[in-house]
Amino acid sequence: MKKDVFKIGKQILKSRLIVGTGKYKNFKETAEAVNASGADMVTVAVRRVNILDKKKPMLMDFLSPKKIKYLPNTAGCFSSEEALRTLRLAREMGGWKMVKLEVLGDKKTLFPDMIETIKSTKVLVKEGFQVLVYCSDDPLLARKLEDLGASAIMPLASPIGSGLGIQNKINISLIINQSKVPVIVDAGIGTASDATIAMELGCDAVLVNSAIAKSKKPILMAQSFKNAVTSGRQSFLAGRMRKNFYGSASSPNSGLI
Amino acid sequence: MAKIQLNGKKITLNQKISLFDLLKKYKLDKKKVAVELNKKIVIKQMYKKKILKNNDKIEIVQFIGGG
Repeated sequence: MKKDVFKIGKQILKSRLIVGTGKYKNFKETAEAVNASGADMVTVAVRRVNILDKKKPMLMDFLSPKKIKYLPNTAGCFSSEEALRTLRLAREMGGWKMVKLEVLGDKKTLFPDMIETIKSTKVLVKEGFQVLVYCSDDPLLARKLEDLGASAIMPLASPIGSGLGIQNKINISLIINQSKVPVIVDAGIGTASDATIAMELGCDAVLVNSAIAKSKKPILMAQSFKNAVTSGRQSFLAGRMRKNFYGSASSPNSGLI
Repeated sequence: MAKIQLNGKKITLNQKISLFDLLKKYKLDKKKVAVELNKKIVIKQMYKKKILKNNDKIEIVQFIGGG
């Protein structure tokens, strides 16, 4: 059997689980959860340095970007301008060309503003970024992003941090079937089985943050997600049995006493 | 003497200093941050050459936890 390789652009990733680094108690817990998850890529945000506290620890001291790939995001940006500014700074920081674009449109639902997202994707691709784009689960818009040169499509399962799981399996499946670039379900995954479902649908990977960070035991949950993603992928590759309306005995009828 | 704005806070500098000196003053490792001077990104090789002037607006950012 051909080896099952997960690739974004030219970047090969060992794990199909990408994890976020937000919402943890502290950086120590973040690092432990990331290690337990087996992820080799993590999302990070760009924020001002706290100049009043010179001794404040930095994420990089706990998670070395030499060992784990940083995927800078634009979380909290509500316009193309802000998102572009953030990612240009991120690129300057460490030479990261692979980034996650996320332009939000509504403070309550955190749904993406797809018009601003499309606008930003165009500019970033032109500037040589490899853009992984957080988007709504609309197949037409997902195709538009792919046509514009997105390196991966990241449709939401449900609102960011909601933990509601995949709400529209049909749309996610349509996006998977039409896309030539990786499809990574991002946002809304609530528990391990949600990740398995996403992988069974044929997603290339899932991105999880809150479901791990906000569980009661984040390290254990990170391990659980590692297994869930592997399980889902294997199940997808194995190809599920056909569904039937009637029963079909598992034991042979011949030789019955 | 120069009055600058650093990450949204007003700061008075008593000496003529460069961006490089400013990072040192705040104990910031240049490998772990990115700097914007008056909305323009300054590449790391230019830190020593950029002398801070009155009314300069500086943003120093880092990576933090995020999803």
